Amino acid sequence: MQRIARKPFPFHIVVFLLPAFVIYTLFMVYPLFDSLRLSFFDQSVQGPPVFVGLQNFQTLLGDPQWSDHFWNALGNNIVFFLIHMLVQNPLALFLATLLTVKKLRGRAIYRTLIFAPTTLSVVIIGFIWSLILSPIWGIFDGLLKSIGLGSLIQPWLGSDRTALIVVSLMSVWQWVGLPMVLFMAALLGIPDELLEAARVDGASPWNVFYHVKLPLLLPTIGIVAVLTFVGNFNAFDLIYATQGLLATPNYHTDILGTFFYRTFYGFQLQPGNPTMGTTIAAMMFVIILGGVLIYMFGWQRRVAKIQG
Amino acid sequence: MASVEAKINSKSSSGVAVPRFNQFGVGNALGAIGIHAILLTYSLIAMFPIVLTVINSFKKQGDIFGQPYTIPLGSMFSLLGYQTVFKRAEALTYLQNSLIVTGGSVIVTLIFGSMAAFAISEYKFRGNALLALYMALGIMLPIRLGTVSIIRLSTALGLTGTLQGLICVYVAQNLPLAIFILSQFLSEVPIDLKDAARIDGASEYRIFGLVIPLIRQAMFSVTVFAMIPIWNDLWFPLIMAPRDETKTITLGIQTFTGQYGTNWPALLAALTLAMLPVIIIYIVFSRQLIKGLMSGAVKG
Repeated sequence: MQRIARKPFPFHIVVFLLPAFVIYTLFMVYPLFDSLRLSFFDQSVQGPPVFVGLQNFQTLLGDPQWSDHFWNALGNNIVFFLIHMLVQNPLALFLATLLTVKKLRGRAIYRTLIFAPTTLSVVIIGFIWSLILSPIWGIFDGLLKSIGLGSLIQPWLGSDRTALIVVSLMSVWQWVGLPMVLFMAALLGIPDELLEAARVDGASPWNVFYHVKLPLLLPTIGIVAVLTFVGNFNAFDLIYATQGLLATPNYHTDILGTFFYRTFYGFQLQPGNPTMGTTIAAMMFVIILGGVLIYMFGWQRRVAKIQG
Repeated sequence: MASVEAKINSKSSSGVAVPRFNQFGVGNALGAIGIHAILLTYSLIAMFPIVLTVINSFKKQGDIFGQPYTIPLGSMFSLLGYQTVFKRAEALTYLQNSLIVTGGSVIVTLIFGSMAAFAISEYKFRGNALLALYMALGIMLPIRLGTVSIIRLSTALGLTGTLQGLICVYVAQNLPLAIFILSQFLSEVPIDLKDAARIDGASEYRIFGLVIPLIRQAMFSVTVFAMIPIWNDLWFPLIMAPRDETKTITLGIQTFTGQYGTNWPALLAALTLAMLPVIIIYIVFSRQLIKGLMSGAVKG
């Protein structure tokens, strides 16, 4: 046994593995760990970083200069996520249910059109929507007037009350295709016999959906939720492209990604603070990891139990 | 009684010709026309901003504001916006940079990813499962959170402000999913085939070369999944390569829209040009892309 264990590691396996291992470790794993490590250091003065323990986290959560921004960004990020969960994912499921109706004509065309925005850059999408919503062009306001809702018109992206919701809905519009396709795959995977059997037993369409399809969709609902969570708490581009670095109006659309960027990169006269940046990244890491763990142990296991 | 009727109905439905919409339940509630009405409405909502941008990019300022919904034919048709955009030489540089970064990242991801996936799925060596898990970790972890350290690292390696630096980051970001997908497909390649080649004296590298063409479909899926997010990324170009010579088109459009705030034909032309490559690729490959996503969802 001893001898076999000491046999040199086959050379060709090393050749196959090494390039991917090195690049992945160097540019992904190491930066993530190094970033977590740096969150325990301070580099606000010149010279090498100084170890300060949990002080950065105390500052971030305790010093009002920082904590106000942090809680504001976290709160906005939660609203951003909830709007996706309440609008994007139910809408995706609804569209997927319609698109998987048997013998539907034009299925591929509808699917292609609805998925199209997902492939475009968030920067382009954000900009196009801000043009449509702008009172200068007046496209959206004009549409509202034409259906008699002109009284609702307001500076959609400039008002405290609407900016965050409107930006979230732009994101919903762009990304709805992705959960829709995942739901379609799950719905097409449900055996016809099962649905037929339920129908034979006299179940109404709603009952078939609620009692047969929905339980079988639980694993997909979990995957969609966790993908939405990771994507939303990592978002940046859309806010940056439409609302700028100061997340106008007055930080009402600031989320963790934009707060992170402003902190480590600096903005206007404020110089960048890399170590506080890594502290925010560490908090984002904890939040995202928390979401993934809740999914893996809270949802996936329970679903496996129900279906097992 | 009702259930007997349903049974009869369902029997007759297995005969082909007549289109029936009530098999999946929802059809009953809405009817064929209702379903088409909803899907058509939503398709219009999905396409409206894109189509509006494209048609107005071929108009002059006055017509963009005066008649935004008219299709620009005859005297309304104008290439003024495009002329403004192409007068600026950067537009082509940005496009070239995007092509280099996206193409380079995808090719390197495919080569290194398929090699690693082959090793993981083909050979039983110590730590195989652990290594597969290690490589898969990156599927869920957002690489952006390591940005501060990535900047330090690329400064140390002299990669700041270069396209190579961007390529390294994108390859690292895309390897986990690539290896995950490719190793699943590679493990389905019949063993007999490889063993026959081994008996004929083929080296392990030769066998790798024999097997890869058999998983073309998976290689294609990986290409599309990796390509679109890289092309569209704003974060890393903004942070790592913001100078004019290294700007990608996505970052370029961000700067451009700031500079041309009031020249609407130029603005809309630039947005249309930036959308164009992705739209063409999407129109050609949408079926494979969506099929790939759906089969990936079922496998995962």
